[in-house]
Amino acid sequence: MSVKKHPVNGEVAYTYIVSNKKLTMVAALGVTLGIAVFIFMNSMLAGFDKSSSEAFFKSIPHIRIYKDDEISKPIVNQSGKNIPVIVNPKVVPSNNTIVNPKQVIQLLKNQPDVALVTPQLTVGIFYNNAKTQISGRAIGILPEEANQMFNMESYVVEGNVNNLKNNINGILLGSGVAAKMNVREGDNISITSSVGMTKVMKVIGVFQTNNSVVDKTTAYVNIAFAQQLMKKNSSYITDINVNIKDYNKAKAYAPELAQLTNYKAEDWESANETYMAATRMRAIIIRFVSISILLVAGFGIYNILNMTVMQKINDIAILKAIGFNGRDVIRIFVSQALIIGLIGIVFGVLFASIMVAVLQNYYVGGDIGYFPIYFKLSNFLKGIFFGFAVTFLAGFIPARKAANIDPVSIFRK
Amino acid sequence: MKEIILKTESITKHFHDPVEFKVLDEISFEVYKGEFLTVIGKSGCGKSTLLYILSTMDTEFDGELFIDNQNISRWKQDKLAAIRNEKIGFVFQFHYLLGEFTCLKNVMIPALRLGKLPYDVIEEKAYQKLELLGLKDQALKPSSKLSGGQQQRVAIARALINDPLIIMGDEPTGNLDSMNTQNIFSIFKELTQEFGQTIIAVTHDQDFAKASDRTIEMQDGKIINQNYKFI
Ligand SMILES: Nc1ncnc2c1ncn2[C@@H]1O[C@H](COP(=O)(O)OP(=O)(O)OP(=O)(O)O)[C@@H](O)[C@H]1O
Ligand SMILES: [Mg+2]
Repeated sequence: MSVKKHPVNGEVAYTYIVSNKKLTMVAALGVTLGIAVFIFMNSMLAGFDKSSSEAFFKSIPHIRIYKDDEISKPIVNQSGKNIPVIVNPKVVPSNNTIVNPKQVIQLLKNQPDVALVTPQLTVGIFYNNAKTQISGRAIGILPEEANQMFNMESYVVEGNVNNLKNNINGILLGSGVAAKMNVREGDNISITSSVGMTKVMKVIGVFQTNNSVVDKTTAYVNIAFAQQLMKKNSSYITDINVNIKDYNKAKAYAPELAQLTNYKAEDWESANETYMAATRMRAIIIRFVSISILLVAGFGIYNILNMTVMQKINDIAILKAIGFNGRDVIRIFVSQALIIGLIGIVFGVLFASIMVAVLQNYYVGGDIGYFPIYFKLSNFLKGIFFGFAVTFLAGFIPARKAANIDPVSIFRK
Repeated sequence: MKEIILKTESITKHFHDPVEFKVLDEISFEVYKGEFLTVIGKSGCGKSTLLYILSTMDTEFDGELFIDNQNISRWKQDKLAAIRNEKIGFVFQFHYLLGEFTCLKNVMIPALRLGKLPYDVIEEKAYQKLELLGLKDQALKPSSKLSGGQQQRVAIARALINDPLIIMGDEPTGNLDSMNTQNIFSIFKELTQEFGQTIIAVTHDQDFAKASDRTIEMQDGKIINQNYKFI
């Protein structure tokens, strides 16, 4: 018959915790603050990332497919010969269109990870205002598809995107352009394209992305109209925009699409390299600070447990004398650390949840709107994991010291 | 011939600090199952040092130590801890209890560590041991709230809980009045005679020693007299 063994190590640890409530509370409070700040800062980071990528995806797709400029190659093959060759590489003059775009679009749509595909044609234009001209660009889109991809409705401040579809002469103006041209919904505006075509358009709406460069230069028109502005036929397309299911995978996925289509595929992160570098810096700083704070909390527990081991040196000697081995002693003090850690983590998670919930509903105003903080499960799990890892280590080091205590040397004192 | 339960062969120990000093010198003797052995000698002659070696807590010595027919001289710490838990009960010269636990818990802990009996059986057994030592009414007090003599008796109860083969005591009655000393003496007698357990007790009490089965006398780290009246 086997007897259920009473967890005596746990009981000893529990007794030490209960008979030193104050010390336990101080140590647990350290963990609580460490965990709360860790989770809070990482939630803020997630919030920043989410709001900035949302801002990006108002005007750019996850992956853009286009034909890259080609550089001329030397005609003479100089390898292995001792003849000096003078070469002068230049951009090959060819047009930047995608050949047979319908087929390419269909091919992309058949990919399992692709969510949305829509063609786009950008035309350089001038907005004509009496005698002066303002340079800008008109982006030709399929209104319905583009609205799906960029959620254009969310930043149209006057009029309606859908009116573009019913109005071949319609134009959706950036707020900066509308202000300079002094036009509003329903007014007419004259534009001239880079190939010299002048047209009078009807303003069907105004949008505002809060990116001032975009707002001051850009207008959306029907793609068919953009082709007319370029004096081209209906298969003239320069860009295919692709949204995939998980935008975080764009960087890894773009080369696959490039190979598939034989065109250049540029993911949104590469397209905004400077901005992404700043984002990475921010992430590094926040991670560094939040982990440092956890470590400080860890030092707190370490100190307190070290003190406990010192106070309990007699007890440890007795326990060893009556047959507890080194592992039992380690278990006693590590359990003590983990119980403290558990208390600290529970309150830390609670605290962090409250902070995130409160800030999520805090209206900052301006371009930002609500405070960009984001309740992300993985941050909470990370916080809990690191919390336990730190408390385990903070308990293990003094516990190992306790395990090596020689009882005889204590009894002789 | 009686069965040997503990044997030493030329145990020698040196202290190196602060000066080189031979504290035990070629100690060889045998202890028999069911024997009540006492060790006497002047203060500082090495009695406690010897007892720490016999109890397996001190492993830094030359010579051989046999317990229950096993040579444990070079065993690992973990294995020795298991031997102490199961086969040896120890009463320290200065009573040592876990202050934050009740007397009852202090007595129970070695048995809980051993884990051979269910919790409630251990608890019942611990009550019995405390009663034997006249402490049943103190069972639920924190041990730090007891008098010196009471604490020493709790320590004796703890040494008995696992029914060890050998009970070692370093002046186990040092703090007790004559009535309690008498009581413990008769408990020890009964354990040896009725249950075949072995007692090795260091004492300064001449009467206590005389009444035991055999007395080993030490001087300057050597055994100078072993009285074999027991065999
Ligand atoms: N850690 C140590 N380092 C050096 N010498 C020590 C150490 N511990 C004990 N001694 C010395 O060893 C000798 C024996 O000590 P021990 O404690 O065994 O004596 P004892 O016989 O138990 O004395 P008492 O009857 O007073 O308890 C003493 O002279 C003591 O000073
Ligand atoms: Mg002594």
